[in-house]
Amino acid sequence: MSSRSGAFPVRAAGWPRFAHRPSARAGLVLGGIILLIALGGPFVAPHPFDAIVGPAFQAPDSHFPLGTDFLGRDVLSRVLYGGRTVVGLAGAATLLAYLIGVSIGLLAGFSRSLLDPLLMRAMDVLLAFPPVLFLLVLATGAGPSPVALVLGVATVNVPNIARIVRSATLDVSVRGYVEAAVARGEPTAVLLAREILPNIANTLLADCGIRFTGSILLVAAVNFLGLGLQPPTADWALMISENRDGLTIQPWALAAPALMIALLTICVNLVADGVARSLGRSLDSESAVR
Amino acid sequence: MATITLERPRAARRYPFVEYVARRVGAGLLTLLVVSMLIFAGVQVLPGDAASAVLGRNATPSALAELRHQMHLDRPAPERYLSWLGGLLHGDLGQSATAQQPVLDLISGRAANSGILALITLILLVPLSLLFGVLAATRAGRWLDHLISTSSLAVIALPEFVIGTVLILIFAVNLKLVPPVSLVLPGESPLSQPNILVLPVATLLGASLAQAIRMVRAGMLEALRSDYVQMARLNGFDERQVVLRYALRNALAPTVQVIALDVQWLIGGIIVTEYVFGYPGLGQGLAQAVSARDIPLVQSVALLLAAVFIAINIVADLLVVFLIPKLRTAQ
Amino acid sequence: MTGPVLQVQDLRLNLTSGETVVEDVSFDLLPGQVLGLVGESGCGKTTTALALLGYCRPGIYRAAGRVTIAGEHITGLPEAEVRRRRGRLISYVAQDPATSLNPAMRVGDQVAAMLRRHARGATAQAVADVLARVHLPADRAFQRRFPHQLSGGQQQRVAIAIALVCAPPVVVMDEPTTGLDVITQAVILKEIDRLRRVGARGDGTGLAIVYVSHDLAVVASIADRIAVMYAGRIVEEGQAIEVLTRPRHPYTRGLVSSIPDHATPRRLRGMPGVAVGVGERPPGCAFAPRCPQRQDDCDRSVPVLVETTTRHHVRCLHWQQTPPLRLDPPLEAWSIARGDLLLLAVENLRAEHGGRSGTVVAAHDISFSIDSGECLALVGESGSGKTTIARCVAGLHEPSGGRILLSGTALAGMARRRSREQRRRIGIVFQNPYDSLNPRHRVRDIIARPAILLREISKGEAEKETLELLERVRLPRRLAERFPAELSGGERQRVAIARALAARPDLLICDEVTSALDVSVQAAVLDLLASLRSELRLAMLFISHDLGVVAGVADRVIVLERGALCEQGRVDALLRHPTHEYTQRLIAAAPRLPEAGGVV
Repeated sequence: MSSRSGAFPVRAAGWPRFAHRPSARAGLVLGGIILLIALGGPFVAPHPFDAIVGPAFQAPDSHFPLGTDFLGRDVLSRVLYGGRTVVGLAGAATLLAYLIGVSIGLLAGFSRSLLDPLLMRAMDVLLAFPPVLFLLVLATGAGPSPVALVLGVATVNVPNIARIVRSATLDVSVRGYVEAAVARGEPTAVLLAREILPNIANTLLADCGIRFTGSILLVAAVNFLGLGLQPPTADWALMISENRDGLTIQPWALAAPALMIALLTICVNLVADGVARSLGRSLDSESAVR
Repeated sequence: MATITLERPRAARRYPFVEYVARRVGAGLLTLLVVSMLIFAGVQVLPGDAASAVLGRNATPSALAELRHQMHLDRPAPERYLSWLGGLLHGDLGQSATAQQPVLDLISGRAANSGILALITLILLVPLSLLFGVLAATRAGRWLDHLISTSSLAVIALPEFVIGTVLILIFAVNLKLVPPVSLVLPGESPLSQPNILVLPVATLLGASLAQAIRMVRAGMLEALRSDYVQMARLNGFDERQVVLRYALRNALAPTVQVIALDVQWLIGGIIVTEYVFGYPGLGQGLAQAVSARDIPLVQSVALLLAAVFIAINIVADLLVVFLIPKLRTAQ
Repeated sequence: MTGPVLQVQDLRLNLTSGETVVEDVSFDLLPGQVLGLVGESGCGKTTTALALLGYCRPGIYRAAGRVTIAGEHITGLPEAEVRRRRGRLISYVAQDPATSLNPAMRVGDQVAAMLRRHARGATAQAVADVLARVHLPADRAFQRRFPHQLSGGQQQRVAIAIALVCAPPVVVMDEPTTGLDVITQAVILKEIDRLRRVGARGDGTGLAIVYVSHDLAVVASIADRIAVMYAGRIVEEGQAIEVLTRPRHPYTRGLVSSIPDHATPRRLRGMPGVAVGVGERPPGCAFAPRCPQRQDDCDRSVPVLVETTTRHHVRCLHWQQTPPLRLDPPLEAWSIARGDLLLLAVENLRAEHGGRSGTVVAAHDISFSIDSGECLALVGESGSGKTTIARCVAGLHEPSGGRILLSGTALAGMARRRSREQRRRIGIVFQNPYDSLNPRHRVRDIIARPAILLREISKGEAEKETLELLERVRLPRRLAERFPAELSGGERQRVAIARALAARPDLLICDEVTSALDVSVQAAVLDLLASLRSELRLAMLFISHDLGVVAGVADRVIVLERGALCEQGRVDALLRHPTHEYTQRLIAAAPRLPEAGGVV
């Protein structure tokens, strides 16, 4: 039901809407803390991550607040060290995925030539791979390697980002202001930079939170299977895998890193959801009165 | 009075749906072919190969060369690819490098186990996601919706191995209701001891159900906001009929797409879940094969899983076209 | 039955936040009567129409008032009971049948579902009967179709059939012909007129209709009584012919004066100011800020409805001073000293759209020319090719045949291959004001850009010119700092015009530039375009489907049907004596207001 002229009350900008949701606020605060621990943890860890400080699977006490792990290393220190890899690898992979995916999507959506179906068929082939499967195949070929992991996770995300960007680009490029620019004869680079990119930014913003969470989950899964980072590296997912045998004796060796991953991903998800909602709402221009 | 013109029917083909099916399956097979090439290329990225995986690091160069010749590894890559492909079409999936057995023997039992796990999960997934998704959407903004939405948002965020480990901790170790690992003796079926399936299914169900619920909810919300739903209310239909015949019926197609996405995700989840529970399925087998760099095994299992993935895609696409009358009747 | 079949008393609808959206609405309707509920966007007419069915959109609730149909209440009842009464007592026909019919249900089933819900049950015969009554095929093959397989006109007839099948005494129709092309609209209107005389059951018991629309001319052809709404209140109500030929309220008068008429082209006058939105109503008369008859007491309190003559009410303190409708004298043929320079020549143009199911020919063998300073209109329904031709001239669509010449030089198909000078000389304004301005740029950047790019002036000069252009399009200078989201539709369209003028073009292409605007805003924009033409000696290629608009704006006109040129000539001659059959049908179908003192 179309809306016609008349002054519409301007909707509130994004931030107040975001801050209004308690879950988003909680996610932002808690997630910030976890991120801080992940990135700054190594600077405050009482012991080096690979130092053996006591007997294996010792219960928590005053010396070692979270006990020791299956080799006798301090769990607390390893937890403080273990976030960097998760956040770093997932972050790098997400960034790389966006750089490549946005370029492909813009090109495909804007060119309207044979390039579009060509690129999209290539994306479809990549999408035919279940992500974990792709990473395992890569791990078989390249051996356990953080570089391969980052490249693999990025590759797995590129097709979906390209699709989203292409669809948003197609959507925007038929709008009047883009056509006016085309009729003026603006060069392609200017069109993309001034007219199109700023107007698909919202779509990207809404997507990036979920994508980051997905990357974290993939990196964690591969590390957990022992096919990514190798011991003695301190990594939350690897720690869960290593300490499974001590589940009944010293659950903290496993529960602490599990809790950290869980909190990180939940918080990122809550924030991402809040961002997506606040953007979706503020793009709404219908008013209640007819 | 002017005559009313009908929509111009294009040159009507006799069985448009059948043609679409054929095209879609053909495209799927083509994709599978390309995927097989990618798998073949992917596992051979590093120079280390099947022979060194078998003999280990201390193998002498002459023993390696001998084994490579035996395993035909000295032939050029395209030739090896084609012979692998040819073998597949005859049902010969190659020989496992580590187990010295035909791949087919190794995976048939595992495939059945994984299949059982996946099937049970699916059977529970579909009705539960529809139920909770519709509930959340019809009570949008109220406490039930907040509960369902926020808890599903939290569960989606958790890695499967975390969910699995937590479930083991609570139900197997503390409450001792079910066994902590899901071992199955070779030759036996997991169905003979159903309580080893409980936690793996619960783990798989966890994240995929949460994702499916959110998507069903989103699809239903959009349908409930549509003009035709408002019109149905203005026509005086009671809310139950509005929700079922008007909203849900039109939200089914996007729901199918979502559930298909989830089933695809299940394939990845199965690998990790089987590893966590020690369940002897295809996923665990693959993880072990990758660790051991058993290339023939990895190749064939990966291709099998990819084929299942693609097949699910095709079925979902066909179901969507079938469910949306506009797509079904158009050319 | 005797007495009114629909009674609305003191209806008041509020937002959940407390502001009043609609208030003091009361009217009666007799069987067989049609009430036209008119007003521009934001006036509350659809909200009121929905309330007649006891329905309020989320965020709105009924604060006071009653609606009674055939003696039964529909307000103040639990939801389940209200739903049972809908369909049986009163039903609704929505604006867009394509989105309001269930896309997953066959049309026959949708009609049958209504019968099962509100009547004794659905029989194949009953469904076939009602389809026949709205002149649709009643056979099984048709009933098994899905809505997307029908044309727009057929979809609307199905919607009407659904509304009538349980024989309610009252039907609410909300802009049912907007979105249909003019000829189909005329057919549907005739249909509605016939149905209200024979009634829902076909037995002659008249059907009472509340017809909601923004289009006064359409309402004129069907309504017995008219109620005009502004800012949530009824400001005038009475016999249709009275309201349209001798309006008492200044708003109604302004509205009627804004409506173009293809038979008597005249200078249109818009109304100054902008329509009042929710929560912005002044304490006194809502129209006072824009009213030419305003006096001090108008601002003190809201006027009540007073009776002027029998059954004619007006909400104005000074209605007696409202002057009669004065139609400005018809426009003379433009007396602009036009050079007889040929500016644009289109020769044998052919344009196609490629699609998955093959190419569609949008325009074939089109030839015309425009002299400098001349306004040529392209008229036709959707699918006639007029927009495609305009886009070819603008360089947005590559023609598949023929040539376009600007001052004798052939133009490249796409704009980026044309020279800067060529791009400068042709400007374009689009239909939808809500997506023709980049939401991320300020108005001053939007307007300055073409000047900087195409005339290569400095940024400082461009900014100075921008302010002058804003004045020229009658916008306040302070709007330069704003973003498009802060402007109304009419303001945005003016900015779009200013942007097109910034490059100092010789030819301005206007693609349905007023179709998405309210009638009074449309009049103001058309008036602006006319002034700009004479001030700047601008040539125009004016695209429209509205003959009335074209009659007031163009020198010559071309009529298009399905990509083919039917007829072309001087606008006054062509409209008065059309020779092509399609043109004749188009003119006959275009709704018109009654002339003062006469009947249509």
